Amino acid sequence: MSDSPMLEVSNVTKTFGSLVAVREVSLTVARGELRAIIGPNGAGKTTFFNLISGFFPPTKGRIIFDGQDVTNGPVPGRVKRGMARTFQITEVFPELPVRENVRIAVEVAAGYALRPRLSATERAGVNRAIDELLQRTRITEKADRLVGELAHGDQRIAEIAMALALKPRLLLLDEPTAGMGEQETFEIAGLIRRLHREENYSIVLVEHDMRLVFHLADRITVLAEGALLADGTPADIAANPDVQAAYLGHAA
Amino acid sequence: MSATVIQAPGGDAPGGQLQARQRILTLVMVWAILLSAPLWLPLVGGYTSLGTRILVLGLAAMALNFLVGFTGMVSFGHAAYFGLGVYGCGLILRYVTASTPLGLLAGLVLGGVAGTVIGALIARRRGIYFAMVTIAFQEIFYFIAYKWNGLTGGFDGLRGFTRANLHLGFATLDIIKNDVVFYYFVLFIFALVVAVMGLILLSPFGRTLLAIRENERRARFLGINIERHIWLAFTLSSIFIAIAGGLYALLNNFADPSSLYTDLSGELVIMCVLGGIRVFWGPLLGAAVYVVLQDYISSHTVNWLFFVGGVFVIVVLFFPRGLLGMLRRRRDA
Ligand SMILES: Nc1ncnc2c1ncn2[C@@H]1O[C@H](COP(=O)(O)OP(=O)(O)OP(=O)(O)O)[C@@H](O)[C@H]1O
Ligand SMILES: [Mg+2]
Repeated sequence: MSDSPMLEVSNVTKTFGSLVAVREVSLTVARGELRAIIGPNGAGKTTFFNLISGFFPPTKGRIIFDGQDVTNGPVPGRVKRGMARTFQITEVFPELPVRENVRIAVEVAAGYALRPRLSATERAGVNRAIDELLQRTRITEKADRLVGELAHGDQRIAEIAMALALKPRLLLLDEPTAGMGEQETFEIAGLIRRLHREENYSIVLVEHDMRLVFHLADRITVLAEGALLADGTPADIAANPDVQAAYLGHAA
Repeated sequence: MSATVIQAPGGDAPGGQLQARQRILTLVMVWAILLSAPLWLPLVGGYTSLGTRILVLGLAAMALNFLVGFTGMVSFGHAAYFGLGVYGCGLILRYVTASTPLGLLAGLVLGGVAGTVIGALIARRRGIYFAMVTIAFQEIFYFIAYKWNGLTGGFDGLRGFTRANLHLGFATLDIIKNDVVFYYFVLFIFALVVAVMGLILLSPFGRTLLAIRENERRARFLGINIERHIWLAFTLSSIFIAIAGGLYALLNNFADPSSLYTDLSGELVIMCVLGGIRVFWGPLLGAAVYVVLQDYISSHTVNWLFFVGGVFVIVVLFFPRGLLGMLRRRRDA
């Protein structure tokens, strides 16, 4: 099934009472693509992520992930099939060290979640996987600090390391640079680029930092008031008058 | 800060080694105290069965804390499974056979089955709703024990049974008349249950419980089946506390509805908080403080609860991590 797209969302709608947070949005992400989703505050970007990742089911529409219909499926099923996400507001295990945060993710991904014990070989394998992830995300020096005591940027990196521990084929990142300084943003951008260019991850990225978006994305989707406003290459989007009016106009 | 004894996985990191050493030190201290208690208890004005009572209630509080402190789910109805352990054990001894092990086993099964069924029913509830449903089920069991006079003795409780001596083949342990032997028998069961509990918490499964406590949303999106894990934690916790209940029946040679009642659930929660819910041994210390205060003050005034309440308020206000939680923090600093 490897010729199907990584993700195929057709006409999803999500309503909260009378509010239509996402309206008839479709999106196709190819394998190895880095797709950015942009849009003003309240445009429905996070809600759209929540639909894709199974946080709640859509009111209408269909979601095909890696050739499988996952529209109403539970979260663990999607994770098993290779979908991992981070959150706009960092979600980590604050009272545990970075290493233990990653360990839990590695063990769950290895199918050890219900295990009362591990063999020495299994434990060594887990430790190796943890070290490798800490190195890839360049957070090894802080591995024994409690995540809750780290700077915001490092917490986000720890969260990404946990997502990577799941060996995802599709990575969903919701505003990974939100609330970060210049240097931290730069580091995250570098990490995302490495994941995309060197490790060939398919990534969907919600982001407000336009430099980062235009620099990294293969394609960009623009949402406004829950609806799809435009979808194209960075050059298309930069030249699109609707987008400039609705979004870039404000930002500039 | 390792207010949790439980974080260290035995990884290769220096932090892990430090924590492993700390854990061994704690273990040595705890077991030295527990093993020698019958020797020094009389010297400090105590008596052996007071120590036994602390072990039993401490085990119950630790079992509750498996759920509260290490899974993050607060139950105010855990006396239900304790009480079922008490009645399960008492009923076997009273009506079926004079066998201490079978009594304990019956208590375990009765409390464990109830915990398994009710855990499955409530694993989707959270926070105050979870706590309320645990209370509701507890009321049901209390009502049954209270009303079913013919079987349970109703309000007056179930009498007319005693624990039976243990026949080991090569020797017979006199736990009926010899308080010290009975203490060591209870300590043996306590050690088994606590070892199982500790090993589970240090396992991958145990870490998923910490994950749920720390951040349920993150845990879910790592692919953990949250409801199943909460259900398992609830079941295990009810089994552990039912064993404590069985020991309680043996200790008192008596089973009464108050062992199933809300008051006891509240007392167990207080013991956990007193000692520190993020610390494995915290609830045992909490139980010791609670039982000793109760024993000492109630011999001077009927208003002992007032003083225990005062101590509780002081601890909560000034040592929010509990007595042991605070000690650990000190030592690490
Ligand atoms: N669980 C919910 N219940 C009710 N309304 C919601 C819920 N989640 C989101 N909304 C509403 O849906 C709309 C879209 O919100 P969403 O968080 O998806 O926007 P966003 O594009 O991610 O915004 P931001 O850039 O600020 O993160 C908002 O009006 C929001 O208030
Ligand atoms: Mg958002």
